[in-house]
Amino acid sequence: MKAPIFTYRRPDDLDGALALLADHAGEAQVLAGGQSLMPTLNMRLSSPGMLVDINRIASLRGIADRGEAIRVGALVRHAEVAESSLMAARIPLIALAMPHVAHMAVRNRGTTCGSLALADPSAEMPAVAVALDARIVLNKRGATRTVSARAFFQGLYQTARDDDEMITEILFPVARKNQIFGFAELSRRHGDFATVGVAVRARHIVGALDDLSVVFFGSEPAPLLSPGARDIILAADCTDTTLADAARAMTADMEPMDNQQGRGETKRKQAAVLLQRTLRDMLGRARIRSSDV
Amino acid sequence: MNSGDPRNVPRREAARLVAGKGRYTDDIDAGDVGHIAFVRSPYPHARIDRMNCDAARVAPGVIAVITADDLSAVCKPWETRLALLPTHLSPEQIPLARDEACWQGEAVVAIVAKTRAQAEDACERVEIDWTELPAIADLDSAAAEDAPPVKSGMPNNLGLDHGISTGDPDAAFRDAAAVVEHDFTFSRQTGVTLEPRTILASFDPRVRELVVQHSHQAPHQMREVFSAQLGLPLSAVRVVAPDVGGAFGMKLCAYPDEMAVAAIAVLLGRPVKFCADRLESFVSDNHAREARVRGRLAVDTDGKLLAMDVAVLSGFGAYASHPRGSAGEGLQAVHMIAAPYQLAHYRGRVRGYFQNKVPSGILRAVGQPLACTVTEQLLDLAARKIGLDPADFRRRNYTDADDKPARSAAGIVLSQLSLRRCHDRLLALMNYDGLRRRQTELRKEKCYRGIGFAAFIEQTGVGPQLYGPQNVRVSAQEACRLTVEADGRVRCATSVTDQGQGTRTGLLQILAQELGVAPDTIEIVTGDTQVTPLGGGAWASRGVALGGEATLRAARRLKSNVLTIAGSLLQADPASLQLQGGVVCNAAGLAQMSLADIATTVGFRSHLIPLDDIPDLEVVESFAPRNTPYIAANGIQAAHVEVDPELGTIRVLDFWVVDDCGRVINPMLVDEQIRGGVVQGIGAALYEQCIYGADGQLENGSLADYLVPMAGEMPDIRIAHVETPTAMTTLGARGVGEAGTVGAAAAIWTAVNDALVPLGATVTEQPFTPEHVLDRLALAGDQPRPT
Amino acid sequence: MSERHSITLTLNGTVISAKVDARTHLADFLRQHLRLTGTHIGCEHGVCGACNVMLDGRSARSCLMLAVQADGAVIETVEGLTASGIIADLQQEFVARNALQCGYCTPGILMTATELLSRTQPNRAEIRDALSGNYCRCTGYHAIVDAIEAIATRRAEAAS
Repeated sequence: MKAPIFTYRRPDDLDGALALLADHAGEAQVLAGGQSLMPTLNMRLSSPGMLVDINRIASLRGIADRGEAIRVGALVRHAEVAESSLMAARIPLIALAMPHVAHMAVRNRGTTCGSLALADPSAEMPAVAVALDARIVLNKRGATRTVSARAFFQGLYQTARDDDEMITEILFPVARKNQIFGFAELSRRHGDFATVGVAVRARHIVGALDDLSVVFFGSEPAPLLSPGARDIILAADCTDTTLADAARAMTADMEPMDNQQGRGETKRKQAAVLLQRTLRDMLGRARIRSSDV
Repeated sequence: MNSGDPRNVPRREAARLVAGKGRYTDDIDAGDVGHIAFVRSPYPHARIDRMNCDAARVAPGVIAVITADDLSAVCKPWETRLALLPTHLSPEQIPLARDEACWQGEAVVAIVAKTRAQAEDACERVEIDWTELPAIADLDSAAAEDAPPVKSGMPNNLGLDHGISTGDPDAAFRDAAAVVEHDFTFSRQTGVTLEPRTILASFDPRVRELVVQHSHQAPHQMREVFSAQLGLPLSAVRVVAPDVGGAFGMKLCAYPDEMAVAAIAVLLGRPVKFCADRLESFVSDNHAREARVRGRLAVDTDGKLLAMDVAVLSGFGAYASHPRGSAGEGLQAVHMIAAPYQLAHYRGRVRGYFQNKVPSGILRAVGQPLACTVTEQLLDLAARKIGLDPADFRRRNYTDADDKPARSAAGIVLSQLSLRRCHDRLLALMNYDGLRRRQTELRKEKCYRGIGFAAFIEQTGVGPQLYGPQNVRVSAQEACRLTVEADGRVRCATSVTDQGQGTRTGLLQILAQELGVAPDTIEIVTGDTQVTPLGGGAWASRGVALGGEATLRAARRLKSNVLTIAGSLLQADPASLQLQGGVVCNAAGLAQMSLADIATTVGFRSHLIPLDDIPDLEVVESFAPRNTPYIAANGIQAAHVEVDPELGTIRVLDFWVVDDCGRVINPMLVDEQIRGGVVQGIGAALYEQCIYGADGQLENGSLADYLVPMAGEMPDIRIAHVETPTAMTTLGARGVGEAGTVGAAAAIWTAVNDALVPLGATVTEQPFTPEHVLDRLALAGDQPRPT
Repeated sequence: MSERHSITLTLNGTVISAKVDARTHLADFLRQHLRLTGTHIGCEHGVCGACNVMLDGRSARSCLMLAVQADGAVIETVEGLTASGIIADLQQEFVARNALQCGYCTPGILMTATELLSRTQPNRAEIRDALSGNYCRCTGYHAIVDAIEAIATRRAEAAS
């Protein structure tokens, strides 16, 4: 199918874009990478009156070191993130997740901020942002606000962003020395959206992992930060049974959806397996790291 | 790649295709063409109460808005009938639904506009008041006694009830040492050709000639159909299949929406084009495979097969596919059972039902994958039950049709098979014993790998006995017209069509060798009813097996004619002359005259030829197997898989095929045919599924949601050949186009279930989604383990 | 009516200007306006990869980009890459190994291979991984992997 009729505007600066969004709130949609928006247009599933193409706005480009955080601008493509040595070194979770994101040609165009703005429940980057407690910067005409990723995702394709706002950048907190990360997902084929996945951040203390941030995605309407995970401490030499119990306890927090990928209850079981394996892998890496010290 | 094998001639057209110089139907510049988009039924079954197209008619760019009534003036209704299967009769059809739509996706209104986008804009302005009617989706609902009809006026939804019985299966089951049974669910699949269906039709009202450029496998069939429905003489209809971007049987039927396009061209007297987009492909391309099967197998204590009993439920969709019907899948599913094996007692029954779903039709290997899967899976279960190795069990039971013709229990005609040779070659190729040892070791580490086999018979080169008795006007011959042009080049116009299989190259190789001319002096012309002689096109793995034979015969006759003329010009005995490299040589091997010399003499100076009757430099030969219904080919496949019993995922580690397609003309092309077929079979077993809700709505009709096999998950596929030329032709080639697909899903079934043996589970429903695997494991966990 | 925009881009090495409907995607622009029919449309939702072109040196889905967005861009299609000869080795290998049947997916796959080979000398698994965004219904992928692997090796040998 072909896209319905719309008006196309391509402002050169952020103020111009925000003005269009303000003047056409509800009508205008931001076009960045277009890798999710364009299919919906080509299927006539969405019919925005106006597309605001932000690709010429130089201030939205670039990955930048902001000390405690790395800034990813609204025009940064997945490929740029994947190839960034700064990101790989400072935000290991992104390096773990990125190989699961779509396919080469799509990564070349699709943007990380766009992925967050769309909030597809099966996408990887929203889960990563929640696990890391990234900060999402939202701009509208005359106002800027920063929202925690943990507050940003509110439901199926629902976010805290207002119609006249756009994400201008994300601030990913850099990994602290004692942090360790894990990521796993189950998808039917390579590069497909996840049936179910887990993104994990943990603190590595002597002989154990604690301060777990465990995020389930794919199975949930929005990335779900397990409330039970925070209180769990995993000893480095814990048994498989302990690990399985911990994984089961955390997956009890899930509210997985029934859909074509399977019943919710199946996904809960699969999430427990993924989580158990991910934690085992993290404990293994933690042990190696402590033996280095 | 057997790079050293001189038979591995690259395809000439490949050089054009890699340069982006393909000429697919949508690539043809047709000038001021009207683009067609269809308003399709959003409901699986609904009555059309009122339709208002006024707003659409005045939408920007709109040329015409066409409804069923508009087309009735130029297009007759049709019924799909199979003479020998009178119950397989679906209601009369017209190109656009008039009062009632019977599947979600059935075309109702056609909009012709200056651009496709404008046509779609106008589609949104068509108002239709619908009343939803009860929809029949699943097979049980279709079969229920009180089931509402799929279309008003139908007496019931049963479209096929066919049984076969050989020997005394009941007694054999009663006396058997062991009996196994299994349930099989085969999900609906669809072809998903990368180039969607595309048709460009032009009608010149001055001379009343219709030219249809059509992404299709069988242009001569479509000429018949367009001629019959549009009331034009055959000679006024020209169907041309340019480059075709994949077909696989899906582009073998006469689609109502394509009939509408041709009819609109006639009605408007201007060129019109329809390119299905991917979303409408899923709800309008034929579907296939939907079936449920219950199979039983009885064996004796020596590991001999005794009897099988197979009951098939087949789903047809809303109408029988025109003109070949939709019965093939179910019929093949019962008739191809146990085809590679000796079996004395068999009962098969198939019942097929119409449903409010997309019509089902031909998809590569029609029904054979179902029969192969049922057979092979039951064999594995039986082998396990009586404690025999599955490979050994198969070898004991292969049919004895190597030296003498045989018939399978279900009536399949077999001759000159090589199952045991293929089998032995396969076991060596895959290092079977080593794999089994490794499997046992890994099980101790809770790594669950499985090895699965699928021996198969492939019906190839199907002749007139299939559709002829059914009164279906589908040509089963293939034909070749050879012409020596005045410049000495040879032009071969063949009825065979080529959608990338490489048939053209195979024919070229046969011609060059038989005729004694250089390959680069030969042109192969396909896919144009105005130029090529009547024949089937591409279906039932016939291109080289039948088209090659016609080509060989034409080449021999043409060569004889050439040498006769040369002999008379040279005053030499034609038998002493040779044609080599396009030059006639005498008995001493000395060049005497070129083919161009001869053609020029015949064409312009025939007074110089001292013959009363000058033989033609243009000959036509056709071939169809008339004494046998088809030429059976055989082979065996093996899959090696790993199942993750916690996640339910399956990884295909290795895949092997040993195939015997008789004489191999070009191993490189044959290998890639087999591999492509295998991947489609793996897709069936692991990924592909048209998911319907109970309400008859297709829930995954996009390429993001319908999962096709992609490179990342597919294994390398190793191929080897056993070559047993068929005696049914001079050429000796059998078909190979469907070989991979016939057996690949079965090999995955048996491999996955082999992997699950230690866990006591079996899968029963393809595709094997992770959830299905986990469900079956959970069920097994709830039951006592077999000891 | 759909609004129209003027664009100027470098297409296959030549600067061109055109007027395009806002809603026309790049694939339709290439195929219908410029008659560059080597770029194919297989799904129009970014899954199949048949419409891949090179955009500023990297592969991109031309169905997921508006033609108007190509303003100022450098775009190469299979026609341009063929004319320049820079993938001639790859194309010859595809032909020699029959790494295509119907050929509809091939231009898109060549784009993926072009980008992949420009970055690394991939092994078979990496090639399969990169190809996971290109659908081929005919070949079974094996020969495509063979062809790309052969060129990866050959180019590495030539470079060393």
